[in-house]
Amino acid sequence: MLRELLLPRRLVMLAILAVIILLVAVYGRWAWLGEPKYQALILKGIGNTLLLLVLTMGIGMALAIPLGLAQAAGPWYLAAPARAFCGLIRGTPLLLQLFLLYYGIGSLFPGIPGIRDSFLWPVLRDAWYYAVVGLSLSVAGYEGEIMRGAFRAVPHGQLEAARAMGMPRFTAFRRIWLPQALQRVLPTLGGETVLQLKATPLVAMITVVDIYAVASRVRSETLITYEPLLLLAVTYLAITGAIVALFRWFERRVPQKTA
Amino acid sequence: MIGSSLLASTLGLLAIDPPGWGAVLLAGLWHSVLIAAGAFALGLAIGILGAYGKLYGGPVTKDLLAIYTTVVRAVPELILILILYFAVTDLVNQILLSLGREKMQISGIAAGIMVLGVVQGAYATEVLRGAILGVPAGQIEAARAMGMSPVLLARRVTLPLMLSLALPGLANLWLIATKDTALLAVVGFAELTQATRQAASTTKAFFTFYAAAGVLYLALSILSTLVFALLERRARRGQRPVQG
Repeated sequence: MLRELLLPRRLVMLAILAVIILLVAVYGRWAWLGEPKYQALILKGIGNTLLLLVLTMGIGMALAIPLGLAQAAGPWYLAAPARAFCGLIRGTPLLLQLFLLYYGIGSLFPGIPGIRDSFLWPVLRDAWYYAVVGLSLSVAGYEGEIMRGAFRAVPHGQLEAARAMGMPRFTAFRRIWLPQALQRVLPTLGGETVLQLKATPLVAMITVVDIYAVASRVRSETLITYEPLLLLAVTYLAITGAIVALFRWFERRVPQKTA
Repeated sequence: MIGSSLLASTLGLLAIDPPGWGAVLLAGLWHSVLIAAGAFALGLAIGILGAYGKLYGGPVTKDLLAIYTTVVRAVPELILILILYFAVTDLVNQILLSLGREKMQISGIAAGIMVLGVVQGAYATEVLRGAILGVPAGQIEAARAMGMSPVLLARRVTLPLMLSLALPGLANLWLIATKDTALLAVVGFAELTQATRQAASTTKAFFTFYAAAGVLYLALSILSTLVFALLERRARRGQRPVQG
């Protein structure tokens, strides 16, 4: 890895990169980074982005398992709605889905009499929950399709053997089918997590304060065009790198059978 | 249901003629399709050059292309669009000023196509690189042995043969292109999502309009899927069907 970086042409490229970074650092307008107000906001934004990522990947995967199973092996009255749901999520832009949830469905709730006094109101009014629901459903739609393929790909003999041993159906699912399907999905999961990370800045459009929203606020308050965007790009690059490294480490720990 | 009665009373707003906003939505859809098609074409052009560069280029070309595809695929499209949008318009105006011309306003469609095209190009490079690698080496070697020039070889052998391998990936890219046009709403361009947002906030019929836009996007994606299935069948003509 290090030796590959030390090839002459790469040393030249690294030098050019260093010069560019230096120029940007010296001539760019970075004074806003020193203000405690923005520092606190940036930390909060990164925290919200990461929380949103972990939360929605978790909920989304939990929803994707029944969606995939229904499509792979369910009766038609479960398979058809699951397929329609995945088509709907994959066929429309996530930004529109978020608008539909927050402004569309959110605008119908105040019409229900008495809802403003109920305990649900603080939840229904808060954009954060709409963002979590929207992003989770999006993960569920895309992963549901992948889980369908994974469930199908588990060799038939494995399930037949389990049944022949007299294993109850749910135990066979828990011990044989699901683990093998998840193992098949694991190599794609890192890429899907990166895709999900790249989807999170859309929640800023429905007023959730993630790192992108913080950068937008800096831009509109200081009238600086490029520097906050560059910081954003570097932040996302760093998080992407961390996700890739994490999954590589995780994959090495899970035994893989190679033919 | 309160929702359904509210929905019924606002359905009239979707009419094509002026009190309704149907024409605005359809114009937005047309802009979205136009930008997606332009960006897809530009992405394909970049992708073909990029794939050849990654496979046959010199070491520096390979490194630069690796940086391009990695950075574009790791940074959210929303941020790339903002950076590229401001950078491209600034750059064009700087060039115009240095040439002693007036500043000009770059049309939203041209900017949208350029910005999304650069993003699409990175993904297309990877898709096409994989597809070219899937072409049997013997075919390309045979063409070289016949003395075909590289351009003729690409046109007659490599590109037609890799098409059937690349089409599923390209179909995905096209669907991503149509959905990514929604992100241009952020820079205020009047594609479908922005037109919908305008209509919804003017009439306050949020649910009706966002649902209608969803139906339009869905129709576009279903139609595209059908067209690509036909294209793939045509690209695979003459191939032996796999025995299952």
